[in-house]
Amino acid sequence: MTDNRLAGPLDDPIAEAGYPADHPERVGFFTDTSVCIGCKACEVACKEWNLLEADGPLDLSGNSYDNTVGLGADTWRHVAFIEQRVPARDKPQADLGMPGVGPPGGDPTDRDGTDVRWLMSSDVCKHCTHAACLDVCPTGALMRTEYGTVMVQDDICNGCGYCIPACPYGVIDQRPNDGGAFKCTMCQDRLGDGLAPACATACPTESIQFGPLDELRERAAQRVEELHERGVPEARLYGHDPSDGVGGDAAFFLLLDEPEVYGFPPDPVVTTGDLPAMWRHAAEAALAAAGAVALSFLGGAR
Amino acid sequence: MSERRMVPDAEFNSYYGQPVIKPPVWKVPDVPAYLYLGGLAGASAPMAALADATGRPVLRRIGRIASALGATASVGALIHDLGKPERFLHMLRVFKPTSPLSVGSWILAPFGSLAAAAAASELTGIAPRLGSAAGAGAGLLGPAMTTYTAVLLADTAVPAWHEAYRQLPVVFAGSALASAGGVGLFAGAEAGPARRMAVLGAAVELGATEVMERSIGLPGETYRTGRAGTLLRVARGLAAAGGLGALLGRRSRVASALSGVLLNAGAATTRFGIFEAGMQSARDPRYTVVPQRQRLAQAAAVP
Repeated sequence: MTDNRLAGPLDDPIAEAGYPADHPERVGFFTDTSVCIGCKACEVACKEWNLLEADGPLDLSGNSYDNTVGLGADTWRHVAFIEQRVPARDKPQADLGMPGVGPPGGDPTDRDGTDVRWLMSSDVCKHCTHAACLDVCPTGALMRTEYGTVMVQDDICNGCGYCIPACPYGVIDQRPNDGGAFKCTMCQDRLGDGLAPACATACPTESIQFGPLDELRERAAQRVEELHERGVPEARLYGHDPSDGVGGDAAFFLLLDEPEVYGFPPDPVVTTGDLPAMWRHAAEAALAAAGAVALSFLGGAR
Repeated sequence: MSERRMVPDAEFNSYYGQPVIKPPVWKVPDVPAYLYLGGLAGASAPMAALADATGRPVLRRIGRIASALGATASVGALIHDLGKPERFLHMLRVFKPTSPLSVGSWILAPFGSLAAAAAASELTGIAPRLGSAAGAGAGLLGPAMTTYTAVLLADTAVPAWHEAYRQLPVVFAGSALASAGGVGLFAGAEAGPARRMAVLGAAVELGATEVMERSIGLPGETYRTGRAGTLLRVARGLAAAGGLGALLGRRSRVASALSGVLLNAGAATTRFGIFEAGMQSARDPRYTVVPQRQRLAQAAAVP
């Protein structure tokens, strides 16, 4: 039970955080990007429910239809858009319900034998089993909730900013006009009332699925298998594996390309896993420094 | 000057070149200054304590003042960097072994108090025995002050910092010794121990920085390129000049004082350079994606 407290598979992070054995089930998001249509209803619903401000003046990024650019203190869902030129296939792929390009009914294949493929994915805080942001927070503002999610208590956060570079996914950020750190709460205030988070409720295609994590993992494994059978070999899960560098994510994904294409790290780790080794090196160096000072007092006066 | 890549260029994917991790929001000069001042204070305290024990009143006085000023200014810089400075006491709300900043705050708070007490006794002449006891306590905590900040940087997803977690404490310890020794060079006829600290510290700072840049793979590049590269080249020059000056200038007060200034400028510039290298490695997704891809490929190659 006390094994793997810093890294590695951990069955019950809620009990590990000190909740009694009858705590609620751990919940999460399974974001199936193969059915995402890029409508951004999740972004809007999140902003509305959580009363998040606009990130700044309306600006066009030039990154396809993505003008949000990334997750931030006031953007807790972010829809990524990737346009790819891929080799044309003789046989059409399984219809994933993706919007096409070109005139309606026209041949989407260009003369050079390539197709355009559009990838869309709604990113969110991963609510890691081993959350680096929570580990490094010096005030206790970041906490594990009874649902296994990771949440900032705004009245405790002193804006030290340590959580921000600690997150291997680049999720949490500082709100400049406030100074505190903010990120997705998985709609903690809705969970208590038995409601699903706003983003999952608003998603029209069930690309964002909310539920008990164990159920989501089973459903995701079935979905990947189904897609492989239907001729989509590139479908793969990301963040589902409890033996990965963060002990598995409560918010995990089905992707159609390498994680880094979507802006995800290919092999994220919780750096606190190395903390015992880090303190050992620091202690050795500190002792050596103490020895060096002591030795310096042997010898001549000047 | 042509720069050799230590790792061959690798193709990698990213999302419109956006960083994968969020670069720190820590401010310059606050955080690099906090690192430098903490190190200076941390190494000055044992210097002052041993000067006290071996009957070197001038060196003791200089060391106590440097450790008290350094610790106070270090705390000031840390508080100034907070998004909500009025909540700085929340740092001591809990003790969290998993947070290097929590552990560091619990080192810094007693260290700063003891160092301030020793300096107050020194300057007022009140309660010299208590002052010595406080100074001894600060001297015992001091070495931890010099290296906990290395863990603070290394326990992040910032590639240039995390990958360097083995070497960074050595760099910081050496740099702290060099800066405290540099301050001690102002002790005139009592400067001997400080001189040896300064020379040794500068040598360790130079050597360990070199080893660090070379042993951490691709992110090591960020220590040699851009603004970080410039800062660290300047830091190297300052540390080398200060170290040589300390070594050769023992007969001259002017040369000793100048060396002390150079060593402190070098130690501070080292912290600014290391801070900037981390920022560079965080902003460019290459330094996050390529090493992680290499790690996955290595793991896949093991049957």
